[in-house]
Amino acid sequence: MSLFNVFNVASSALGAQSMRLNAVASNLANADSVISSDGEPYRAKQVVFQATPMGNMGDLSQGVAVREVVNDPAPPRMQYDPSSPFADDKGYVKMSNVNVVEEMVNMISASRSYQTNVEIMNTAKQMMMKTLQIGQA
Amino acid sequence: MFSNITADVSYYKTAMDLRVQRQQIIASNIANADTPQYKAKDFDFSQALQGAMYGRQQGDLTLAKTSTRHIEGSANPASGYLQYRTEKQSAVDGNTVDMDLERAAIAENSMQYEVLTRLISDKFSGIKSALASPQG
Repeated sequence: MSLFNVFNVASSALGAQSMRLNAVASNLANADSVISSDGEPYRAKQVVFQATPMGNMGDLSQGVAVREVVNDPAPPRMQYDPSSPFADDKGYVKMSNVNVVEEMVNMISASRSYQTNVEIMNTAKQMMMKTLQIGQA
Repeated sequence: MFSNITADVSYYKTAMDLRVQRQQIIASNIANADTPQYKAKDFDFSQALQGAMYGRQQGDLTLAKTSTRHIEGSANPASGYLQYRTEKQSAVDGNTVDMDLERAAIAENSMQYEVLTRLISDKFSGIKSALASPQG
């Protein structure tokens, strides 16, 4: 039954949006990190979405997949803190390049999209239940 | 009455198939609301149903039969002819999904689907009451 494809599409979107939310959580948690595991200042992570065909319906049902996770190319934030052990000779410390406002917007957008896709699943479920009730009146 | 049960039910079946297809395409649009360069798609339901009822798919040509010995092609499963939506507001990332429009479309489509299930049920209950003996 091809209504199951709606579930596949919606669940792929749920997965993708929760990955985005994960990236937002990492970015916000590391908004003030000076050094990340590779010794450089932390770079904000952004997920890139890509449409992927679901089932064998061609263009008819397209889910979402995370194509890649990219590092934000923005330059690191320079903060004046001469007492820090990571300060350069002018007293500036390279901080992470996380834009907190942008991440908050991303978070709201991801959670809204997540909710909408859950609703799509509920609608598909309701349609299936109605189909099963044909002839039972 | 019984002669046209199959015809009636198959009409509803075709309509339901198309409704399910439309549900899939709208669900895809909503799932890809944040995908860069994704273009929202949809098809014209009434045109697709008409096309399916006349036994031809839109955008396709049917075989011409010039001899009585030519074999009748089996009917293709009904499917809509996908078209891109015209965007009302453009987005910087090239995405053309308008969430309000898609939400309205999916609500309308699922409601119409439920109407179809009800119509089929009513058809069957009509037959049942015709079959029921008046003596009880």
